[in-house]
Amino acid sequence: MELKKLEKFVDEIKEKIRRLKEQYYAGKTEVESELRKVQKELKTKVKEFFKDLTPWDRVQLARHPKRPHTKDYIERIFNNFQELHGDRFCGDDPSIVAGIGYFYGKPVAVIGHEKGRDTKERMKRNFGMPNPEGYKKANRVMKLAEKFRFPVVTFVDTPGAFPGIEAEEHNQSKAIADSIYTMAYLKVPTVSVIIGEGGSGGALALAVADRVFMLQNSVYSVISPEGCAAILWKDQKAVEKAAEALKLTAQDLLQLGVIDGIIPEPYGAAHIDPLSTARVVKYCLRKTLNELTKRDISSLLEERIQKYSSMGVFEIAPTIEKYD
Amino acid sequence: MKLFDFFRRKKNIPEGLWTKCPSCKELLYTPDLKDNFWVCPECGYHFRIDAKTRVDITLDPENRKPLFGEIKPTDPLMFEDLKPYTKRLEEAKNKSKVDEAILFYKGEIYKRLVVVGVMDFNFIGGSMGSVVGERFFRACRYCAQKELPLIVFTASGGARMQESILSLMQMAKTSLAVGFLREKGIPYITVLTDPTMGGVSASFAFLGDIIVAEPGARIGFAGARVIEQTIKQKLPKGFQTAEFLLEKGLIDNVIHRKDLKNFLKDMVDMLFYKAKEWNLDRLNATP
Repeated sequence: MELKKLEKFVDEIKEKIRRLKEQYYAGKTEVESELRKVQKELKTKVKEFFKDLTPWDRVQLARHPKRPHTKDYIERIFNNFQELHGDRFCGDDPSIVAGIGYFYGKPVAVIGHEKGRDTKERMKRNFGMPNPEGYKKANRVMKLAEKFRFPVVTFVDTPGAFPGIEAEEHNQSKAIADSIYTMAYLKVPTVSVIIGEGGSGGALALAVADRVFMLQNSVYSVISPEGCAAILWKDQKAVEKAAEALKLTAQDLLQLGVIDGIIPEPYGAAHIDPLSTARVVKYCLRKTLNELTKRDISSLLEERIQKYSSMGVFEIAPTIEKYD
Repeated sequence: MKLFDFFRRKKNIPEGLWTKCPSCKELLYTPDLKDNFWVCPECGYHFRIDAKTRVDITLDPENRKPLFGEIKPTDPLMFEDLKPYTKRLEEAKNKSKVDEAILFYKGEIYKRLVVVGVMDFNFIGGSMGSVVGERFFRACRYCAQKELPLIVFTASGGARMQESILSLMQMAKTSLAVGFLREKGIPYITVLTDPTMGGVSASFAFLGDIIVAEPGARIGFAGARVIEQTIKQKLPKGFQTAEFLLEKGLIDNVIHRKDLKNFLKDMVDMLFYKAKEWNLDRLNATP
């Protein structure tokens, strides 16, 4: 069965569930058994479908147009979110959303890539590919959180930083480097959640954090499978092989120690049930922030530095040399 | 980091007595070219030079000491595209005569003690993998400890795809390592040479206290081809060259190769050795 067919099936069944529920609440309690049956059918069908996904399948899911984006999570997780615009120098980049919202009654800085929902919004948000102004805005808001002492939560979902003329003229490289640096030394607890695509440096710029989580079907890599296939295989058709070799799934990255945990997507894929996905993300954030905010900030910072310092795998040849 | 367009364009130092300048097509007598720091005397074209040549023209001949050579590459992901990564490493080593894409030396610039890092584009496009990250990290820690200025010559197509996410993480690792120097008030100078792109550009290259480039060097985040394909426009002439970046205010200066050693001497003095003579309190600067 194809994903499209499954989605149609899910829509139909959801409609059926909705109708049954209506009847149930209207007092027709005899539909309860059927309701249970249909819900179970939905769960097994969907679970079956998403059972054996290849890395390339996950790339498709991570990029799925209906997949919940940053704004969907903000709406469902934070209260009174106040968006803050602009980098204070030359522009506002709609591909990054930043602001402050309440999380269980306490303020949290929330920053994330936003791809946009419909065609018009996608154009406006540049398909989630930030310009330097976006990273500068993100950094400004992070420093605000640092100054007024509240945690930072980021949502990562970008194909990569935008490759454009103005982006280069305004120093994309420096904007990303500074953002990485700021996050490495930010003196408040930070949590990143990769919710869709983690595309290279453009993603990393918002993903240097005390705890980094990935949704079950999100991906995170140094280059897109397409780019990798074109360069290393010299063949656009090698995307599936490239996706495999890049080790870009949440499971791979957890094993490599690059991320700290995987957030399950109920019903196998986030867009099948965005609401319950947001609920799981919220639960995870609450648990993590509760733990991190209890810690002493200097020990947290030390741990963060230690974590990123130990990234990488190499050999150390035996040497008698001492550097003085 | 889709920037390995450079792989197929070979501008290495050619063998033989005569060398053709790729820019003005003039036939140049190689020993003269060598004496002229591998810069075309006719048009000023700066040839790409390998790491060892760079060290030779930058550091005084005496008191040089290689650092962190014990850090060696491995193949953590057992990556295989058309060739296994281990084979690529082997080939790169044979071709480039260096053991990784960055080398570090402790040495002197006109008797001023410094640590110099030099990237070699011939080693898998100067790409940053775990070894580049670890050597750079150790260099920062070492310089912070010993209070020595750090100078890094960048030349890289970006992150090393064969180490996938681990190479991406080197951007975080190298960037935070710069913090060790900032914390101690140790100068960190980067010299961007042809080419400096992608993951290297967007991490330690652009975190220098002073950032200069060689004439004509290609510098940027995204590769020109990727940009053209994305925006479906021709790029303006001179886009992403050192001179372009200077005009846009992104780097401190463009410096001719023959003047570089002198420039570095001045900077190391001004920011560090001579600055101390004022005896001002060393600010406990936040990193």
